[in-house]
Amino acid sequence: MARKLLLEHINVPGIHTFDVYRQKGGYRSVEKALKTMSTDDVVEEVKKSGLRGRGGAGFPTGMKWSFLAKPEGKARYLVCNADESEPGTFKDRHLMTYLPHLLIEGMIVSSYALGAATSFIYVRGEMMPQIRILEKAIAEAKNAGFLGKNILGSGYDLELHVQPGGGAYICGEETALIESLEGKRGNPRIKPPFPAISGLYGCPTVVNNVESIAAVVPIINDGGDEYAKIGIGRSTGTKLISASGNLNKPGIYEIDLGLPVEEFIYSDEYCGGIANGKRLKAVVAGGSSVPILPANLILKTLTGESRLMSYESLAEGGFQSGSMMGSGGFIAFDEDQCIVRNTWNFSRFYHHESCGQCSPCREGTGWMEKVLHRLEYGHGKMSDLDLLVDVSKKIEGNTICPLGDAAAWPVASAIRHFRDEFEWHVTNPSDALNRNYGIANYADPLPKLEEIS
Amino acid sequence: MLKVTETEQVEFPAAMISEFETIVQRYPEGKQKSALLPLLHLVQAEYGWLSTASMDRVAGYLDIHPIEVYEVASFYTMFFLKPQGKFVLEVCRTGPCCLVGAEKIMKHIEVTLGVKEGEVSEDGMFSWRGVECLAACGMAPVLQIGPDYTFYENLTEESVNQLIKDLKNKI
Ligand SMILES: Cc1cc2nc3c(=O)[nH]c(=O)nc-3n(C[C@H](O)[C@H](O)[C@H](O)COP(=O)(O)O)c2cc1C
Ligand code: SF4
Ligand code: FES
Repeated sequence: MARKLLLEHINVPGIHTFDVYRQKGGYRSVEKALKTMSTDDVVEEVKKSGLRGRGGAGFPTGMKWSFLAKPEGKARYLVCNADESEPGTFKDRHLMTYLPHLLIEGMIVSSYALGAATSFIYVRGEMMPQIRILEKAIAEAKNAGFLGKNILGSGYDLELHVQPGGGAYICGEETALIESLEGKRGNPRIKPPFPAISGLYGCPTVVNNVESIAAVVPIINDGGDEYAKIGIGRSTGTKLISASGNLNKPGIYEIDLGLPVEEFIYSDEYCGGIANGKRLKAVVAGGSSVPILPANLILKTLTGESRLMSYESLAEGGFQSGSMMGSGGFIAFDEDQCIVRNTWNFSRFYHHESCGQCSPCREGTGWMEKVLHRLEYGHGKMSDLDLLVDVSKKIEGNTICPLGDAAAWPVASAIRHFRDEFEWHVTNPSDALNRNYGIANYADPLPKLEEIS
Repeated sequence: MLKVTETEQVEFPAAMISEFETIVQRYPEGKQKSALLPLLHLVQAEYGWLSTASMDRVAGYLDIHPIEVYEVASFYTMFFLKPQGKFVLEVCRTGPCCLVGAEKIMKHIEVTLGVKEGEVSEDGMFSWRGVECLAACGMAPVLQIGPDYTFYENLTEESVNQLIKDLKNKI
């Protein structure tokens, strides 16, 4: 069994209440940080831990914190990104539902480290139940003296507020989130300036994912060095993986980074294999924005090594044969799934969610959706495949925010790895409407269970 | 439920105004516009949608231009700019949910309610629509119902039938 740093107590009855959470050792990190550590000490521990942002980009959290500008007389803000809208990702909802105090504890320690006197948790608007849970937990923490004025007699003051979004994926992008928090449309800002210099209300701001903030708690409790011992290479610590699609046991798993992908999919401790005795066809390993890989390439790299659940291993092979860790949204496709249909579905998503500021993204995502739709519905041409690749290349890197790239990668990678399935849709349109292409040569290299026994 | 029409002046209930006041206090002086999304959620929870009159009233309260409210309300998918059914079933239609049958569930809802996506049933009780990933992909297929955004997970045709029956009994 892997160590659980975040989810250890998730099954304890009443753990969402302050009293039970406290009995289980909750809020120790606040006591430790505020009473025995300077703000720089806290930043230093987080640096030592090697923690990388869990929101998708994987940027080292300690380093991000050390970039925060500290001009005299200006407020600084910490904003927790709980917008969680990347298809395939549902871990933050889980944390907020069952362990609201873990997030609040992390917010207090992190806000202290950054010198923020007011912090916000920006939660996607659809998560009204989680917003209520957090508000209640914040009131409890305040009652117990962990929020408000002069926390634990340390002289440090902090107000923590929950802000609802309005249902827009783009508000997960940190500058769009800041705009939204200011009561505007979620249009990403042109960078620089980065939020660390000019963010919320023009003040220095750090935006961090829910899971990143939660991870600060064990890092402060046990020390950054202890945290860094878990994992592999520059992928330290544990990671929450949201597993969905055609798996026997979809759900949230806390893994030690470095776990073999094969073990994650097939072992009973994790996903328990592919549902209904089917075979694995493809995996999107890090949320809908990362490249899709056929079964053979997700289980082993091109050089034949076992692929691991780590930032480096998932990216091994670059865009030719690799993918990315992203937000840890692990989506498994069985042999009956249609790659063309899913690619169309994702491109519709990105078109729908594009804020429309940049023409390559606004027009390109709509164009890709249209072309993929006609391929799926039997009106495609062979030239459409190159057209899609061409459009995706023209979006990539030419936009204000990374949503453009996120829309381009799934299309480009699907065509790269499943070109024959796309071609089959063109050459056999009526077949393609009635059945799926199947597994062809991407076959899951592992035999079916009944073939072994 | 209070009825709001475009021509009417809206008077928000006192309890709502006092909630407004608590929310506005979260933000620094002069940054009260930050309260816009939370306020719109409260208004929509009360009336079921956002009429122009109610948006104008919010603009007045926050001391911002009405256009600043309209542009926000029209940007975010959660806000309804026209009346909906009493219950709005919002079904996730994104990839991971489709891998385990979301499209079938949407079809089933359409047939069972006899209402097309985005339309309101004759008795005014139901509307439904497909929405994007609800961050519950491991419990797919899923739907949510506002204004408290209750979640229904691992949907089957049977569980949808039961849900619709329960909602009808709630009336
Ligand atoms: C289109 C888009 C959507 C994003 N959605 C989220 C999200 O829902 N949650 C999140 O934490 N980060 C999201 N991000 C990443 C954030 O911009 C930002 O990098 C992250 O919140 C930083 O936190 P971290 O360093 O702790 O990961 C998104 C980025 C983009 C471009
Ligand atoms: S890339 Fe797309 S989502 Fe991002 S700013 Fe441009 S138009 Fe908006
Ligand atoms: S895809 Fe339906 S909840 Fe994520």
